[in-house]
Amino acid sequence: MGEVILEMKEIDKTFPGVHALDHVNFEVRKGEVHALMGENGAGKSTLMKVLTGIYTKDSGSIIYEGKDIEFHGAREAQDAGVVIVHQELNMVGHLTVAQNIFIGREFKKGIKIDDKKMNEEAKKLFDRLNIDIDPTATMSDLTVGKQQMCEIAKAISHEAKVIIFDEPSAALTESEIEDLFKIIRDLREQQMAIVYISHRMDEIKVITDRVTVMRDGCYVGTLITDECTKDDIINMMVGRVIYEEPKTKSMVAPDAPVVLKVEHLNAGKMVQDVSFELRKGEILGFSGLMGAGRTETARAIFGADPKESGDIYVNGEKVVINSPQDAVKHGIGYLSEDRKRFGIVVQKSVAENTTMADLPNYIKGIFINKKKEREVAQKFVDSLNTKTPGVDQLVVNLSGGNQQKVVIAKWLCKNCDILIFDEPTRGIDVGAKNEIYKLMNKLAAEGKSIIMISSEMTEILRMSDRVVVMCEGRKTGEIAIEEATQENIMNMATREIG
Amino acid sequence: MEIKKSKKIFKQEVIVFLVVIALLLFFCLMSPDFRKYTTILTIMDYSYYIVLMSIGVTFPLITGGVDLSIGTGLICYSLAGGYLVVHAGWPTGLGMLVSILFGVAIGTLNGVLIGVMDLPPFLATLCTCMITRGLGSICAKNFGVSWPTAGTPGSWFRSIFKITVNGTKLPLGFVWVLMLVLIMNFVLKHTKMGRYTIAIGSNKEAAILSGINVKFYHIMAYVISGFFAALASIAYSAVFATVQPGTGAGFELEAIGGAIVGGVSATGGAGSIVGSLIGVFVICLLKTGLPFIGLQANWQQIVTGLVLIGAVMVDIIKRKREKK
Repeated sequence: MGEVILEMKEIDKTFPGVHALDHVNFEVRKGEVHALMGENGAGKSTLMKVLTGIYTKDSGSIIYEGKDIEFHGAREAQDAGVVIVHQELNMVGHLTVAQNIFIGREFKKGIKIDDKKMNEEAKKLFDRLNIDIDPTATMSDLTVGKQQMCEIAKAISHEAKVIIFDEPSAALTESEIEDLFKIIRDLREQQMAIVYISHRMDEIKVITDRVTVMRDGCYVGTLITDECTKDDIINMMVGRVIYEEPKTKSMVAPDAPVVLKVEHLNAGKMVQDVSFELRKGEILGFSGLMGAGRTETARAIFGADPKESGDIYVNGEKVVINSPQDAVKHGIGYLSEDRKRFGIVVQKSVAENTTMADLPNYIKGIFINKKKEREVAQKFVDSLNTKTPGVDQLVVNLSGGNQQKVVIAKWLCKNCDILIFDEPTRGIDVGAKNEIYKLMNKLAAEGKSIIMISSEMTEILRMSDRVVVMCEGRKTGEIAIEEATQENIMNMATREIG
Repeated sequence: MEIKKSKKIFKQEVIVFLVVIALLLFFCLMSPDFRKYTTILTIMDYSYYIVLMSIGVTFPLITGGVDLSIGTGLICYSLAGGYLVVHAGWPTGLGMLVSILFGVAIGTLNGVLIGVMDLPPFLATLCTCMITRGLGSICAKNFGVSWPTAGTPGSWFRSIFKITVNGTKLPLGFVWVLMLVLIMNFVLKHTKMGRYTIAIGSNKEAAILSGINVKFYHIMAYVISGFFAALASIAYSAVFATVQPGTGAGFELEAIGGAIVGGVSATGGAGSIVGSLIGVFVICLLKTGLPFIGLQANWQQIVTGLVLIGAVMVDIIKRKREKK
């Protein structure tokens, strides 16, 4: 670690009604990977936005390379060498890799853009990073991991001195994360200062040198990564203890009936000959890498995508599911990984979202029975412990974890007994995650059956009674929780299929 | 990979071009009357203003928006300029300049409403569509305007589009239109203006974060659209004897339809001017050709509508495939 290149002192920022940053301190040194951690809403993003001038601070000072500075906008920060690699990749899918890297500062020949030179320069950048990407490839044709590499290349091409990674691994596969870490280590070698924002505790331990924790807009403390444990960090983040212990034995009764049976399901390249059984009260984990075909399997079962062949049995009876309506009729609910797009209507109230799938039961004459709707919604708010000022609150105003609970309420309201959770805690902070876990356990204990698709190994090990592993559209393994380990699951998830 | 992609776009243009040829052959086979030189002149006359509108509207379309004001706008600009020429005795050139400035002004208004004030493009341009319709009628005091007819003083502009050499009428306008197509194709593919138009349509957020002056380029897309609607108004004035107030609604659909048939993505981000040009000819051929085989105006509209549905569906299927 070298000298301090960037120091933020006593940063204060208030939005109407929220004290977003309360005299926060943060520093990063040359040749250091510094983790910035905290639950959603802790103020990490706000702090970074103040740094890059997207927000103006109310008080406090920013010292960069020994000078007191204040950026006015991302562009100015970029030009000074402070660059953010955003969580949502900011790529223009229709343009090529090189065109993306140099967007906003194209090389020109007269009025013509010099694409040839841009391709050459991009190639040089990739060589420097040891990445193999064709600069003339169209961006939308690349995998998410490759796109991220391009984003990093773009950051470096700005002569960056400080690079901020905002949850870079959220959408990457294990091997892509490995590549990412390799690049980050290289950058550290080159004495760059790196801020790494992430929720994933494992990564923090692997890649970072120091950790700064924030909570509720306040600076909690800074630790040296090697000298602290995961629990130390988590305790600082949530101010309470959380257990991340794996489940040791299945909670399902040995004689529990099979509620869902899928046989030889085929649906395109991503779902090939998938068979499995789900028992009453069971949480069946679906593990695998990104693109293993788990979501596709769920969507095919749910009738959201067409099936080519295969049989589905619900409670022993063969059923035909050609549309989500059919699935819901048979008591299957699907909680998408992308809540905002498929799960909820954010501009509607909690009550309206709760009864959305079951509206016919809330109709009196031609009107919606608002009173009944609100009562039922309130019941679920209470039983699921949803944090909302009231059932009339718009869902857009709730946090990710509470939005997820509204989706759960929606399917419970419809009396679904089989729930498919697709990445149930994606984008949800640690504290709320724990609550979702508790809720899922409670649902299972009450006799609901759950399929849980998850890319987080800790989540799989902690929640599942049994684990199905998929790889490249095929089921490559099934393992009881008693025998499941990270290693054997990963082994199956990466198995070569002949 | 890029070769594959560009091949794909290339293909779309080629396919649409083949459709144009097929339509030509079909009409020639079906109707002896169609096989006349005057038919080509008619098709050309009908095509100029639509192609010009289509060049312009391709830019808003690529940003993921739309410009519905170009049809009524065209009539409005022509009426305003024409009134000054015919009734106030202004020189033709000055009248044309007024038309063009008017178009640029309305385009700027659209751009500001959409790019700066964040109105949905559909709504904003629907409003300016109504406004230009009203304004046009006011400018012309509710009467039709006839720009100077051939042979009278000030009618030189008509020969920009159709010139008579040794007694043969030549569709000279096609040369100019083609030139503009090539210029704007270059602008779209090889200049900042074009690249940022694509960026806005593909991922506006990314464009903003890259430090691009997105508002400016967003406005410019509509200014270009307005400018070309004004050029179209001149072509229209030159080709047709009288410009009637209250008309023009629906022209924009032919231009937008042509662009989409030619491969502009209905959701923005992709498209080419050459494609739009070829697409417009599909529409124009249907418009001029169908009467020759006994299908009258109502049927033309139905057929055109069906062709558009087909084109949009091809676009949707293409995108679904790309996703997979």
